[in-house]
Amino acid sequence: MNAVDVQGLSHRYGERVALRAVSLAAPGGCTYGLLGPNGGGKSTLFRILSTLLRPTDGTAVVMGLDVRTEAARIRPLIGVVLQGSYLDGKLTVRENLMYRGRLHGLYGRRLRNGIAGRLAQAGLADRTDDRVETLSGGLRRRCELAGCMLHDPSVLLLDEPTAGLDPVARAEFWTALEAAKRERDLTILLTSHIMDDAERCDRLALLDAGEVVAEATPGELKSSLGHEVITVQSSMGADLVDRVRERVGLNAAWTGEHVRIRVDDGKAWLGKLIDAFPGEFTSIALSRPSIEDVFLAEATGGTEPEGLTP
Amino acid sequence: MTTAFLAFYSVWLREAVRFVRQPNRIVGAVGPPVLIWLFVGSGFGASFRLAGESGVGYLEYLLPGIIALIVLFASIFSAMSVIEDRREGFLDGVLVTPAPRSVVVGGKIAGGSSQAFVQGAILVLAAPLAVPGLGLGAVATALGSLALVAVGLTAFGCAMAWRMDSTQGYHAIMNLLLMPMWLLSGAVFPLTGAPVVMRWLMLANPMTYAVAAIRGPFYAGSAASAPGPVSFELAIGVTFAFAVLMAALATAMAARPARA
Repeated sequence: MNAVDVQGLSHRYGERVALRAVSLAAPGGCTYGLLGPNGGGKSTLFRILSTLLRPTDGTAVVMGLDVRTEAARIRPLIGVVLQGSYLDGKLTVRENLMYRGRLHGLYGRRLRNGIAGRLAQAGLADRTDDRVETLSGGLRRRCELAGCMLHDPSVLLLDEPTAGLDPVARAEFWTALEAAKRERDLTILLTSHIMDDAERCDRLALLDAGEVVAEATPGELKSSLGHEVITVQSSMGADLVDRVRERVGLNAAWTGEHVRIRVDDGKAWLGKLIDAFPGEFTSIALSRPSIEDVFLAEATGGTEPEGLTP
Repeated sequence: MTTAFLAFYSVWLREAVRFVRQPNRIVGAVGPPVLIWLFVGSGFGASFRLAGESGVGYLEYLLPGIIALIVLFASIFSAMSVIEDRREGFLDGVLVTPAPRSVVVGGKIAGGSSQAFVQGAILVLAAPLAVPGLGLGAVATALGSLALVAVGLTAFGCAMAWRMDSTQGYHAIMNLLLMPMWLLSGAVFPLTGAPVVMRWLMLANPMTYAVAAIRGPFYAGSAASAPGPVSFELAIGVTFAFAVLMAALATAMAARPARA
């Protein structure tokens, strides 16, 4: 059974269309990543799935229940962390989780033991009685994760759970998430900008301007991107895109800050580019492809750049 | 039933804990009205003479209105936390749980009015110092009135705040609405001497009844207890109806799906 099933879902805020006939399905037990630029519609989709917003059109089904008509039955089954924080900085970690647990109808020993267990799992046991305002961003995220699982939900909806975290905090967050997943049958939907997050998902959907522009596994996504990316900064700005094509025959893309070129053999192309543009770059760097490159590729029609090999 | 009570208690408890941890809020809500009372009360005192020669001085006359003002400030301020909760994403976290929205709103009103009540009660308990001969029974009755007024005003604030997304906008609207309501409530001057048009405005003003409900026990038996046509019983009745109506309105506002 699909834990989350979305068919032809559309949403409009007045004139502005946030979602355009989105369809996607997350099988039970999978980790499903939604990637996309800000304003792409991810948060709207999450607000609909978490029963906060009624869609304009189409259907969204969570654990076999329709968000339109069975919201009250969905709420006990989902654990939700949206953008912004549901934690109150003036309360301690324990008080925040007690608050949340009671809203889910938990109390007494069961609630206390649940909180202790979740906090231990999240590596927060020693911060239980500290006020949330004293926690770092990474600890806060893990605290939110612990809190949204107190009632043993079947589906987690996490909107940008790793935003603003450094790589170490992000890795710790994933450790906590994977520990929770091993313990029970849990379907996770999350949004992210970060390639590392995408690689940990079983399945990915790319959402841009309210539409699903691609659905793939992380492997498929990466192989469509080429192996490496050369990032160039120069005083030429966007004009560099045309000159790169003229001089070395590579397709490049302008990101608004710098020019990115996808290549197979980065080391060889690095030298060729520097020879072709002597002294004209302010910087040049070689890196692995990122989510941004997927969108640049989609924005330029999704075609593979020519001349992948030197 | 248990789950509803748990949710109600949880929402109320959070407001209470936050209140206790931010004591400067008490100073902010109680301080200004007390200063108004001292400055205006002693400044006007010499030239104020209540019709009927009851012997009530202006400081004494003004005190119930000042208590109402404290509750007004405190209620409106605590209801403002609805907007902050929405902006920070805290409210979303509450609304995705199975707790019924009416219960969440009820807990919020209970939490906010508890804070307003405590702040107003500080002055009610201190009132015997300013009003000689004020008995224990009168103080207890005044506390009861205070609780009703606090619930009504907090519910009113919650109903207004639920659809708003900026605390500045909320403040502006509340000041526009509440200052005239307070000034025309019989808090500063009695209904009896006012021009006819103003008297009608005052009779249509729910604050008039709130102030009269607090004032009643203070001067039971003296002319100042019932300035004009508002009796203590009528004041309590209207204040109670206002509280019920506003609580229903706040619940209805929350029941509709929120805008994103």
